[in-house]
Amino acid sequence: MAQIRVENLRKQFGNFTAVKGSSFTIEDGSFFVMLGPSGCGKTTTLRMIAGLELPSEGRILLDGEDVTFLRASRRDIAFVFQMFALYPHLNVRRNIAYPLRCQGVPRAEIKQRIEETARLLQIEHLLDRGVSGLSGGDRQRVALGRAIVRRPKAFLMDEPLGALDSEFRRVMCGELRQLHERISATTVYVTHDQLEAMAMADQIAVMNHGVVEQIATPQQIYDAPASMFVADFIGSPPMSFLQFDGAVRQGEHRVRIGEAVVEVPTLREEGIQGALALGARPEHVLLASDGALRGRVLGAEYLGTTQIVTLQTQHGQVKARLASTKSVSLGDNVGIGFRTERLALFDAASGRALNVGARHG
Amino acid sequence: MADVRLDGVTKRFRDVEAVAALALDIPDGELVVLLGPTGAGKTTTLRLVAGLERPDAGRVIIGGEDVTAEPPAVRDVAFVFQQYSLYPHLTVFDNLAFPLRSPARRMSDDEVRKRVRDVAALLHIEGKLGNKATRLSGGEMQRVAIGRALVRAPSIYLMDEPLSSLDAKLRSELRLELKRIQVELGATILYVTHDQIEAMTMASRIGVLSEGRLVQIGTPREVYERPQNLYVAMHLGTPAINLIPADLLPAPGAPAGTRTIGARTEQLRIAPPNGAADRGLLKWVEHLGDQNHLHLEIKGHNLTTLADPHSPWKAGDAVSVELVDPLYFDATGARVERGEAVR
Repeated sequence: MAQIRVENLRKQFGNFTAVKGSSFTIEDGSFFVMLGPSGCGKTTTLRMIAGLELPSEGRILLDGEDVTFLRASRRDIAFVFQMFALYPHLNVRRNIAYPLRCQGVPRAEIKQRIEETARLLQIEHLLDRGVSGLSGGDRQRVALGRAIVRRPKAFLMDEPLGALDSEFRRVMCGELRQLHERISATTVYVTHDQLEAMAMADQIAVMNHGVVEQIATPQQIYDAPASMFVADFIGSPPMSFLQFDGAVRQGEHRVRIGEAVVEVPTLREEGIQGALALGARPEHVLLASDGALRGRVLGAEYLGTTQIVTLQTQHGQVKARLASTKSVSLGDNVGIGFRTERLALFDAASGRALNVGARHG
Repeated sequence: MADVRLDGVTKRFRDVEAVAALALDIPDGELVVLLGPTGAGKTTTLRLVAGLERPDAGRVIIGGEDVTAEPPAVRDVAFVFQQYSLYPHLTVFDNLAFPLRSPARRMSDDEVRKRVRDVAALLHIEGKLGNKATRLSGGEMQRVAIGRALVRAPSIYLMDEPLSSLDAKLRSELRLELKRIQVELGATILYVTHDQIEAMTMASRIGVLSEGRLVQIGTPREVYERPQNLYVAMHLGTPAINLIPADLLPAPGAPAGTRTIGARTEQLRIAPPNGAADRGLLKWVEHLGDQNHLHLEIKGHNLTTLADPHSPWKAGDAVSVELVDPLYFDATGARVERGEAVR
């Protein structure tokens, strides 16, 4: 297994810059997820790591060795695609064996490695079955088996669960993560689904317009998003923003939003003035009868133990996750409060998060 | 708007009973959601109300009138389908106005304009009225499709998974808007979905269907907190309720005859292992952001529970598990109350 390092990686397609100078290190044995909307450059980055695209600029290092211009087949990396392509005329055993036969691995070793792989994936009972009769999940497991059996330095996966329905995707997320716990292989995984990223990753790189906006653990990204884009992309429902014109000085811990004064975590950087945004996750928003900030109840969505209440303020919509025992009526005018220490502040013009307070993690 | 009633309605397709003796009341102004998997009879029920199918038995009553034998046109219902089918060559305005310009209605141009404007405002698409229908985003197209139903004032709106072709973000926005519009208009809606989140968040009442039968109907809270049986319990709540044999964990409050215990994530409490029999292994910590789902294994059974995201649990930890006021089910799958004797 290996460490992957990407330095100033750029990719230009004609006039379009798909990847704009990314640099990051994927530690040996880590599950690294590149997350972003379509067109953000995540798949292009992955394809450059695989050797399926050549970068316009920059370097890719595999365990310290420069592989930037090495052919894909020489990189010792296994690629798992979204559409699991299996050989329909071969049974499961032969499908998994295929990459080893190509490499001319001795027969006895092939047999042993197939059995080990099948055990890891819990598909021993399927080895002698044809692949055409398999369920979607089992086909996906066989496709994974074909990658694992090579014992590559790293696995690259491009939305491997994209074609599955949501319930089954969750199950496979669990399986992939548990497989990762067993073999600890360096894995680079591309998805646009924030739930998949949160569920499986050790580290998430959130990408937007060819730029990596933040790299951190799932919890850090959730708790302290680096930008409004990240804050909005992660969480369901995502972070709410109150947009306002105002000013906050270094060391200060309150902002004025219209008429209301709201306590925020202490600003730990130079003061700023202009278009700002206060960011609040739904579970950090409360109803406070004496709250200076007022909102009208637009909707209450029952989810079992909790409900999501949407409030319309003069500065934008705010969603609150409240106990479902709390009764609210549409149209009510309510006061809004916050768990102060968990709030975020953004420079609304650039979207950058301001450095505030002491945070978890 | 009007009350709609299904009275013992049965519909067979060859040997298959798609809808079986279904009795359902949809009072004026309610949004009733029919929830069930593919093949449960949801869409057939909608089509029976619309008159697109004729029942083999039973009656369909709209506004107190028996319309069982009436054709769709005279039933005064508006149907919204999953796939928005707009007229691509017409503007948004003309798409919305289309149902009002039917010769049967003879509505004045002024009245048509007013209705279209009102509905466009309600759906926040006033700015798009001049656009060609093809030059809209998916969310806007579905809004127009819903709008085309809303310009009329029918007895009931019938909606067949109207949001399921949209992406998750748009779906949650439109869910909220549709509910707001329903409340504002006091509209009567029969809404069909297999998405339990839609059912929970939008419904005045949820009817849970299984193989053409109505298993339970009640407010979202009633069906979530007091499911009639295992089937209903399994179809509401994310992640799905944990179902375990009655003897897997200590359950001092279990009524006699309990065969299965249903514990939602919030009805399991985990702690460091105490050496007792209720010991499990933490297999996977799933981050959601606001909380974590902990996936446990106990004596070969997989369980999912909740934990604070900043708690130190990690994969491989041993844990002890305690039930907190779970649900109890007997051998037939019916839920039994604590202290209620099993018949």
